Amino acid sequence: MKYLHLILAALLRKKARTALTLLSVVAAFALFGMLDAVRVAFQTPNSMAGVNRLIVSSRFSIIQPLPYAYRLRILRVPGVSEVAYANWFGGIYQDPKNFFPNIAVSPKPFLDIHPEFVLPEKQEQAFLETRTGAIVGQTLAERFGWQIGDKIPLQGTIFPKKDGTNLWTFDLVGVFHAAEPELRGIEQEMLFHYKYFDEARAFGQGTVGWYIVKVDDPAHADRIAQTIDHMFANSNDETKTQSEREFQLSFAKQIGDIGLIVSAIMAAVFFTLVLLTGNTLAQGIRDRIPELAVLKTVGFSNTAVLLMVMGESVFMLSAGGLAGLATARVALPVIGEATGGQLQLPMTGQTWLLGSALMVVIGVLVGLPPALRAMRIKIVDALAQA
Amino acid sequence: MRRAPVRRKVAPALRSIGIGALVVLGLLVWMIRPLVMAAAVAVLIAWLLLTREGKQTLAIAWTGLSTVPRRLGGTSVIVVGIGGVVGVLIALLAMAQGFQATLRQAGADDAAIVLRAGANAELSSGIDRSTATLIAQAPGILHDARDVPIASAEVVVVANLPKRSTGTDANVEVRGVGPRVWALRPEVHFIAGRRFRPGLRELVVGKGALGQFAGLALGSTVRLNNQSWKVVGIFESGDTHESELWGDAESVASAYRRNGFQSVTVRLIGPAAIGRLEQSLTDDPRLKVDVQTTREYYTKQSQRLTRTIRTLGTGVAVIMAIGAVFGALNTMYAAVASRAREVATLRALGFPGVAVVVGVLLEAMLLALLGGALGAGLAYAAFNGYTVSTLGSNFSQVVFQFRVTPELLLRGMQWSLAIGFVGGLFPALRAASIPVTVALREL
Repeated sequence: MKYLHLILAALLRKKARTALTLLSVVAAFALFGMLDAVRVAFQTPNSMAGVNRLIVSSRFSIIQPLPYAYRLRILRVPGVSEVAYANWFGGIYQDPKNFFPNIAVSPKPFLDIHPEFVLPEKQEQAFLETRTGAIVGQTLAERFGWQIGDKIPLQGTIFPKKDGTNLWTFDLVGVFHAAEPELRGIEQEMLFHYKYFDEARAFGQGTVGWYIVKVDDPAHADRIAQTIDHMFANSNDETKTQSEREFQLSFAKQIGDIGLIVSAIMAAVFFTLVLLTGNTLAQGIRDRIPELAVLKTVGFSNTAVLLMVMGESVFMLSAGGLAGLATARVALPVIGEATGGQLQLPMTGQTWLLGSALMVVIGVLVGLPPALRAMRIKIVDALAQA
Repeated sequence: MRRAPVRRKVAPALRSIGIGALVVLGLLVWMIRPLVMAAAVAVLIAWLLLTREGKQTLAIAWTGLSTVPRRLGGTSVIVVGIGGVVGVLIALLAMAQGFQATLRQAGADDAAIVLRAGANAELSSGIDRSTATLIAQAPGILHDARDVPIASAEVVVVANLPKRSTGTDANVEVRGVGPRVWALRPEVHFIAGRRFRPGLRELVVGKGALGQFAGLALGSTVRLNNQSWKVVGIFESGDTHESELWGDAESVASAYRRNGFQSVTVRLIGPAAIGRLEQSLTDDPRLKVDVQTTREYYTKQSQRLTRTIRTLGTGVAVIMAIGAVFGALNTMYAAVASRAREVATLRALGFPGVAVVVGVLLEAMLLALLGGALGAGLAYAAFNGYTVSTLGSNFSQVVFQFRVTPELLLRGMQWSLAIGFVGGLFPALRAASIPVTVALREL
């Protein structure tokens, strides 16, 4: 630390050059912060919520419904404490562009199984008691400016009503928010009564899209999943039971290898960055060879010179990197606003951690060649050059 | 006396603001109307070749470029930095392009698709048998030699099959098609095997699906809704249908315990007939359906993802470009600083400031162009024809290929020149504005 002022002096020697290099580091890490948020979002949160939940869906395909009667049979499996069910509705609010998930659920069991949907006691009560009631996430309510008491019309795309119309109306009785910030994705959803939906739809009565099973002990989840699938084997509606995490991951995987694409972009960004800062630093060191020789003459050890040059690059990367991540942190909510809340990408601790590690690694990588060179210069040669 | 220093400070500030505004304006024109700028470039070339100043400019640019081998490090910052930007930009835009083209290809102006009113994709639609019959009898539909309307009532379902790349299940679209489908979609042709026989549990597999999913080879058995189906043919069509499995509509419907269809696709007499068809279907009180040309339908299906990828690609490239501009600025400032004396000497000899500015700018832009070509070449080599798949609107995998089109390559060049221009302009102005006496006195 005692060399800090020397490092700063070296960086301030050519202010314009330092500033420009710093700014390109900022740009690279701002990009990293945003892309990594995308990557994390596609990996589904590493939260503890949901470890005790299994999803039971049709083995043949996601579009095949399961009979309503399965609920009681699943409930009887030892180790299962609660079973909820849900059906994808796919309704449109005003325009197809306003996409958000809207799902018919069994209200009480669903909220019991999903403690991460937090809503005031009174609103929960109102939801359970209102047949046409619906609850929406905070983000969704803000996106369309909905207030409790509003009537929300949805245009059914998959399910027309028995009376031949396509218009479904729901009463907004509650607004929930996510228990943890990483789970804020659920605040995009709208939930309503399965019963209302099942009675009014033109076809498909008595079937549900998927079951959500709560198990007593997550350690037994695999065994219970097998028991359930075994129970319905060779029936008309065979099931596939998987953990909630697996279920969500299988969706993310189907969208494509987002992780690969994002990593490829990041690799291109960082390759460019390493080259750029490395070159600028090396140039800076070349200009300063006589000065470094003077330092050595007055008694600085080789190691001290090495560390100082390395310190310079790590400092540059860290300062720029942190500024870049901060930029991303500020920019992400702005992007969220601009897309009407469709792109909610929170920056997690994971990104900060990975980013910081990258700053140090790249800093060392970039600083090493010029630092070694600075360490090896011979005082006589260097001074003669001056 | 007091005001003079203030003015001395304000005037350069105003000047740089003015230059900044001009640069932004120029870049906007360049990005939106490249042709206008291309004309400006033509004028520039004429100026370079025909006038005395132009020739002096060329000389300066040439001197600058001839020193490139001595400062490879700095030069590579410009070339690789811009190469990276252009490479990423082109790769992402090529992905959007490929997806859009694959879906659009499936559409035609003289074919129409009928869905249940309100449905936004085939999967969410439903058409019962009587409706399907009524639709096929509507006016405006082309009839074949035996006077049967060329229409195909189709069942669209989704099956789980393991993907080759991940080994995990993914959704594949299974399309049950009517007997007239071969006349309806003449672009479909078989590269192996034969057509399925109606009434049997036989499937033909699209080339794209074959590549993405395991266990679809000719002659193999596929389990759909727990029943065995035999693969008897492999087809290609050059569009999104290649990602699908086709079977007889009745057989698929019975396997999935369905009674009815998802959509009816018809061949029209001509593009103008869509109005007549639509009129007659909406006037019929027995029907509740939406009609659109398949071109319209498939364009709509591709819009969302295409726009997302384009926005993402442009956004990423803009941020990378900002980084690359700083890198280029650094390099060019260093280059200009190291040549300050030479430049001053030239100016003392009578070279005008304009020649210096344009000369340095030319150098930066030529290096940028080299970087752009590098990035574009890499993107082309690595990604053109690269096959991927994603979840389409029918909730199943759409297989498509990256398409690096000439327009995209040009767009990459456009970006690289813009970055080179900004990165070179300020150092160029600096080079021309250092007073000759100062520069000559400096060591």
